[in-house]
Amino acid sequence: MDQANPYIASARRDARAGLRDIAPAAIAAVPIGLLFGAVAVTKGLSPAEVALMSALVFAGGAQFAAIETWTSPAPVLALAFGTFLINVRHVLMGASLSPKADLSRGGKLAAFFFLTDESWALAERRALDRPVTGAYWAAMAAVLYFNWVVSTTLGAVLGSLLGDPARFGADFAFTALFIGLVASFGRSRVTLVTVAASAAVAALVHRFVGAPWHVASGALAGIAAAYLAAGEGSSRP
Amino acid sequence: MSIDATNLLAILAMALVTYATRIAGLFVADRLALTGRAKAAFDAIPPAVLVAVIAPTALNSGWPEAIAAAIAAVAAFRLPLLATVAVGVAAVVLLRGIM
Repeated sequence: MDQANPYIASARRDARAGLRDIAPAAIAAVPIGLLFGAVAVTKGLSPAEVALMSALVFAGGAQFAAIETWTSPAPVLALAFGTFLINVRHVLMGASLSPKADLSRGGKLAAFFFLTDESWALAERRALDRPVTGAYWAAMAAVLYFNWVVSTTLGAVLGSLLGDPARFGADFAFTALFIGLVASFGRSRVTLVTVAASAAVAALVHRFVGAPWHVASGALAGIAAAYLAAGEGSSRP
Repeated sequence: MSIDATNLLAILAMALVTYATRIAGLFVADRLALTGRAKAAFDAIPPAVLVAVIAPTALNSGWPEAIAAAIAAVAAFRLPLLATVAVGVAAVVLLRGIM
């Protein structure tokens, strides 16, 4: 068993790092989860349905968008298509993270059920100088998942007791969190051009076309800008 | 604590679509071996997606949100993540109060 000890020790260390890294995102997600549950109940969902949706879908942005367009009976195909448009970014995120994750194919198929903006962004940042291990990912995923299911269900049960979350700025926590995550990718010229292009196009598309088209178009504009800004010179190996 | 049949169907459809997007990346990643500009474009995916998701809130909601986003961006280069969130949230509450 001696040979196994270094692995267990490093797994524990990675799990602790995962817990430490995800803590701010998990705390920031609590008011957002409470808000989601409270809004969902006003649209006619039961607390059980809110819990089920959070447990099976586990995607805040898509869940908020779905709730905004929810009617009774539920427009199943429209909801599925809206969910696809908002979550299609996962394809790029998964493709980017997959080679950096120290997991088997089967492990990734299970692990990526828990892929979220937050855990993905943190894993990408960690991958800049360390491999992303199963222990690191599992710790983040477990905390965020439990946190989201519990906070959204609690929001649904408490419902109208909460009042308006905008009063204490809870609606802005998600934005501030993402700004903090973007900053961790540095401020090289290429990154700054990427951020400017993505922000401008996403804001314009959101204003003149509407959600959820801004996510895909803004992201593609940022990626194209990075391609152009990197220039021919960077094609040297 | 009831679950309506149509609601259940909608939730299952959302779950299926979401899981498909989450694992689709696994099947394209292995075929990529990138260098140069293509690598720069691929490396730009994380910040590009994150910014696109929050851009409407930061830029289209109004002055309090836009200024709070700028303050959070300045804080982000100097403070840890949770402090950045705290500064951003405090700024937006304050600015909404005075604007």
